[in-house]
Amino acid sequence: MERPILEVKHFHAWFGDHEVVKDVNLTLYRNKVIAVMGPSGCGKTTFLRCINRMHELTPGARTEGEILLEGENIYEMSPIVLRLRVGMVFQRPNPFPHLTIYENVLAGYLLNNIPLSRTEKDAIVEDSLRKAALWNEVKDNLKKKGNFLSGGQQQRLCIARAIAMKPDILLLDEPTSALDPISTAGIEELTQELKKNYTLILVTHNMQQAARVSDETAFFYMGELVEFAPTRQIFTAPRDQRTQNYITGRFS
Amino acid sequence: MTALEHALKELKDDVILMWIMVEAQLQAAHKAMLEYDQHLAREVMQKEKRINAYELKIDEQCEDILARYQPVAVDLRFLLAVLKINANLERTADIADGIARYVIDAPEGFDHDLLQSTHLLDMYTEGMTMLSDTRIAFEREDTALARSIFQRDEIIDTYNLQALDIVTEHLQQGSAHIRQELLVLSIIRKLERVGDQAKNLAEEIIFYVEAKVLKHHSRKEL
Repeated sequence: MERPILEVKHFHAWFGDHEVVKDVNLTLYRNKVIAVMGPSGCGKTTFLRCINRMHELTPGARTEGEILLEGENIYEMSPIVLRLRVGMVFQRPNPFPHLTIYENVLAGYLLNNIPLSRTEKDAIVEDSLRKAALWNEVKDNLKKKGNFLSGGQQQRLCIARAIAMKPDILLLDEPTSALDPISTAGIEELTQELKKNYTLILVTHNMQQAARVSDETAFFYMGELVEFAPTRQIFTAPRDQRTQNYITGRFS
Repeated sequence: MTALEHALKELKDDVILMWIMVEAQLQAAHKAMLEYDQHLAREVMQKEKRINAYELKIDEQCEDILARYQPVAVDLRFLLAVLKINANLERTADIADGIARYVIDAPEGFDHDLLQSTHLLDMYTEGMTMLSDTRIAFEREDTALARSIFQRDEIIDTYNLQALDIVTEHLQQGSAHIRQELLVLSIIRKLERVGDQAKNLAEEIIFYVEAKVLKHHSRKEL
């Protein structure tokens, strides 16, 4: 039987006294796109930030329960090692403006002082940019600054930066919310390529996007994981009335 | 009410109206057959065009809702069910039209004893009741009522099978009304299709309300 890439067991997260993620249990397998959706404030982004331990960086934040990455408790791992294995792409493209495209892709290595030969660097940059479907557009401008690119290209550069570290999981926090429809379509197409090598967890407000790109969907409401099922089931015959109310726009 | 809910309600109201129009067509064809009223039979044929136009109108509404709202879950199932219900209703109206044509083709009024002995009248009554019950099931989202249709369709199927033997026997006895006997058999075949259409309609109601696909399942599984 296939081993899960990520297991979440009785997981809770708080900001001070406010419990934002409540007793979540979830098992994820490799090479899938998992959409996480729910209304604002439902805990979906907090949950995502717990998977690479960014939640704990907020003062007063705490967690309880377990998240196992290939059987290993992430709260017993070094956060740095964890973040090498769990990459993250944010809502707004955030390439380092002072670095070139080439250096942006290698930023994870540079910031963690991981030594690489010139040949290794070149290979990682090309491979990551190809996987992020950006190589053909930037191969002649690798020495230009990252902010010279369009919004969609910048977001693909951020994806290239994340996958350059060869992560197991890629966390995408509303990666297209700041992009135009064409760039959004490009990123959505890219997720289908990326899942051949990685497991993608995508937080999105866009239900059509979740329906289009994900294999499984998790619906959060008021910190609770209400339903987790194959995306086809969620969008044709959800089991929980709250899921149905949300996806049909009848949520009060 | 959201714009989608409003559009879906309007669509449901229109489907119910289509249903009632089709029921009226079957009733009118029934009356034309019983009373050998060829004028009424022509009216049925004339109104068939109105049903066809209404079918197109409902199809367009479905297209519009799909394009504008991208419905999901129960809304998507409702829309998919309506597309099929619409086609089933139009075919049921075709059956009424076909029966009306037989009335026009008939050289004389139908022999009521023949209509009784072949169970044509029983089939007709059952077929019309099944059609109106599926409409009520659709309106109320009553899947228990929808499920009752499956058993009733079997009664119609049984009458249909018996009818061939009955008509054959009449013919063997030297019936002087061969054409009428054959027309009665043809009407019975059409009524058997009314039962099938009612069953299809019931399956779509269950799909829409319960997200269960019953098509191609045996009766035991239903």
